Amino acid sequence: MPRPSPIAMFAIAAALAATVAGCSSSTSASTSTSTSTAAGSTITYWASDQGSSIADDHTVLNPELAKFTKQTGIKVKLEVIGWPDLLNRITAATASGQGPDVVNIGNTWSASLQATGALLPWSSQNFSAIGGESKFVSSAVGSTGAAGKPPAAVPLYSVAYALYYNKALFQQAGIAGPPVTWADLIADGKKLTHGSVYGLALEAGSIPENIHNAFIFAQQHGCSFFSPSGAPTYTLPGCVQGVQQFVNLMGTDKIVSPGDAEYDQNQSVSDFASGKAAMLMWQAAGANLKAHGMSTSQYGVAPVPVQSGVPGQGTSVDSMVAGINMAIFKDTHNLAAAEKFVQFMTSPAEQTILSKEYGSIPPVSAAQQNAAFATPELTVLKNVLATSAVAMPQVAGESQFEQLVGTAVKNLFADAVSGPVSAQTVEQQLSSAQQQMTG
Amino acid sequence: MAPASTPTPAPVHPARTRARAGGGGHRATARRRGPGRLRRIGLPYLLLLPALLFELLVHLVPMVVGVLISFKALTQLYLTQWVHAPWAGLGNYRIVVDFNGAIGQALLHSFVVTCAFTAIAVSLSWLFGCAAAILAQDSFRGRGLLRAIFLTPYALPAYTSVITWAFMFQYNNGLINYVLHNELGITSSPTFWLLGDNSFIALVTVSVWRNWPFAFLVVMAGLQSIPRELYEAAAIDGAGVRQQIRLITMPSLRPVNQVLVLVLFLWTFNDFTTPYVLFGNGAPPPADVISMHIYDASFLTWNFGEGSAMSVLLLLFLLVVSGGYLLFTSRRRNA
Repeated sequence: MPRPSPIAMFAIAAALAATVAGCSSSTSASTSTSTSTAAGSTITYWASDQGSSIADDHTVLNPELAKFTKQTGIKVKLEVIGWPDLLNRITAATASGQGPDVVNIGNTWSASLQATGALLPWSSQNFSAIGGESKFVSSAVGSTGAAGKPPAAVPLYSVAYALYYNKALFQQAGIAGPPVTWADLIADGKKLTHGSVYGLALEAGSIPENIHNAFIFAQQHGCSFFSPSGAPTYTLPGCVQGVQQFVNLMGTDKIVSPGDAEYDQNQSVSDFASGKAAMLMWQAAGANLKAHGMSTSQYGVAPVPVQSGVPGQGTSVDSMVAGINMAIFKDTHNLAAAEKFVQFMTSPAEQTILSKEYGSIPPVSAAQQNAAFATPELTVLKNVLATSAVAMPQVAGESQFEQLVGTAVKNLFADAVSGPVSAQTVEQQLSSAQQQMTG
Repeated sequence: MAPASTPTPAPVHPARTRARAGGGGHRATARRRGPGRLRRIGLPYLLLLPALLFELLVHLVPMVVGVLISFKALTQLYLTQWVHAPWAGLGNYRIVVDFNGAIGQALLHSFVVTCAFTAIAVSLSWLFGCAAAILAQDSFRGRGLLRAIFLTPYALPAYTSVITWAFMFQYNNGLINYVLHNELGITSSPTFWLLGDNSFIALVTVSVWRNWPFAFLVVMAGLQSIPRELYEAAAIDGAGVRQQIRLITMPSLRPVNQVLVLVLFLWTFNDFTTPYVLFGNGAPPPADVISMHIYDASFLTWNFGEGSAMSVLLLLFLLVVSGGYLLFTSRRRNA
């Protein structure tokens, strides 16, 4: 948690100052080729919160870690860190050089964290220590760092966006199947919206959800927010049109409850589960919906609509390559043990167990074939990942982009609660975000 | 940070300062008395040394480092070796005070919002605190209980109370909309309290709610030191309640109020917990107060150099205002 005053800068500076010694004295382990046995040593692992709670993550991970210790003699000190804190913790660990050995990161952060130089580059030599790059699905490897550089992380869990729809509400409204174009979705949404029930639920107050959706909508209008050289291009017409179309699902089409503009605690998932909204666009919502008491027979899963109706590449993408990557901190004192642990976590057997628990798709080809990942929901997600998903921009400024544009979209939703949002307003917000991109 | 942990500085009486300055002769005598005397004088300083060291470590060193960082181009690229980040000279300052640029404009907007927020919230907190303290001065049945209830917001942990307010302000299920719209029918449709212009009202409400008990407590303490005879004499001379408050209570409370307003000003201006818990990352523009703004600029977009430059400017501003305020109020009192 940040300190409650702007003097927080100074407090952090103090933390930084206190660790200068540690920073300069620690030597990079990336050059170490030590093959000495790692048995008996202890490594630290920061896991992201993948379950319904942090306690749930401990329940899932502890038996697996015990298995790893039994196999290799290496002990793993586990800390599960919630999403609101994870990036801050990694940033602080980067500055101090006192990080964990192995850490989970949101895969969209890969290029930004790669630019800090805090993570071990996955050269072919390092890859061979964990079974080679070829064991991973190629779309997942596309979201592990900037092009042309060795990846900063390896894929751990994969997910994608899909459209979840309430079968009973669709039937009541006389709608045969899920919409495939946005025009369909809006038409269906209007049929489904009456009284306190809305056609679509959006997590419109959440910066990460907003940035993912804004990115997909802009892609569908041929704009990717960054030029090939990595310069921000937020005000290109395609980006403006995409963002405008997204926020006007609430502003103009009125198929989203205005109250959603305040949602940032997954309230849209519970609204969908409780029947207050008929559709939801979410990444692998199955486990989450189950926790809210909605059984798999009550909802259907389809690809998110595209303008043309046929998902594919280019302007027909319908999801980002979402997921979790696993990285090794460059300052680790026990590279061999850390690599062994990454190899263990990305082994087909563990991938099957963990992805089953978390409702995600294993990014390891051998595990993806498992029958457990052939459920209707995961089949759709697998297909989206294989054919119509695109990685978020793999540029150093990605985390800045997420923050600035995500906030801009959040502010646009605050306008959309009272009516249509004009292209000019969208352009102003995006232009202001672009001007604040520095470094 | 719980306000309770900050000690209220005692107002320094200028007359006393002068007396101390004039005591040089006495100290000269002490110096002549040899090492035994020196050791005795030295002991208090020796005992203070650990505190001084910690003060340096906890406050001064970080501040100096913060000032240094403000002259560096410290972005994500230099996080692992931030000591070696290139010097930016006045570059960061030029960017944050360039009010034609997006960053400077946003900072200026945030500064104006913070000034308006502070002025309104401090005035209301002080007014409520004063009024309640004066009303609860005469004893009546249940006065102790009432005073205890008044102090509750001050006793609650900040996070807990603000998150409760955030729930109450919610559009869909919030208590405030339920009462205003569903029950009383005052508004024709539910109101957004945490989005758009109303977010400013929500922020002021929560801030006043949190801070007025402190004003109440301090003014109540100040009232105890006013002799009752003054009021009795005034009553005999025919002064009404309003005149008594204007001519006796307020002038007697002047030293108390001087410190109270300054402390409230600093707390409110710097308050981070309230807006952060109320709005989360990325406050709505009408309530984008400066503490949140600096946090966003440094920690979310990883531009620590610019964030530090903003912090340093804020520090300078607060120093100038506090210094000017103390100078102005003390001088007026002497006149």
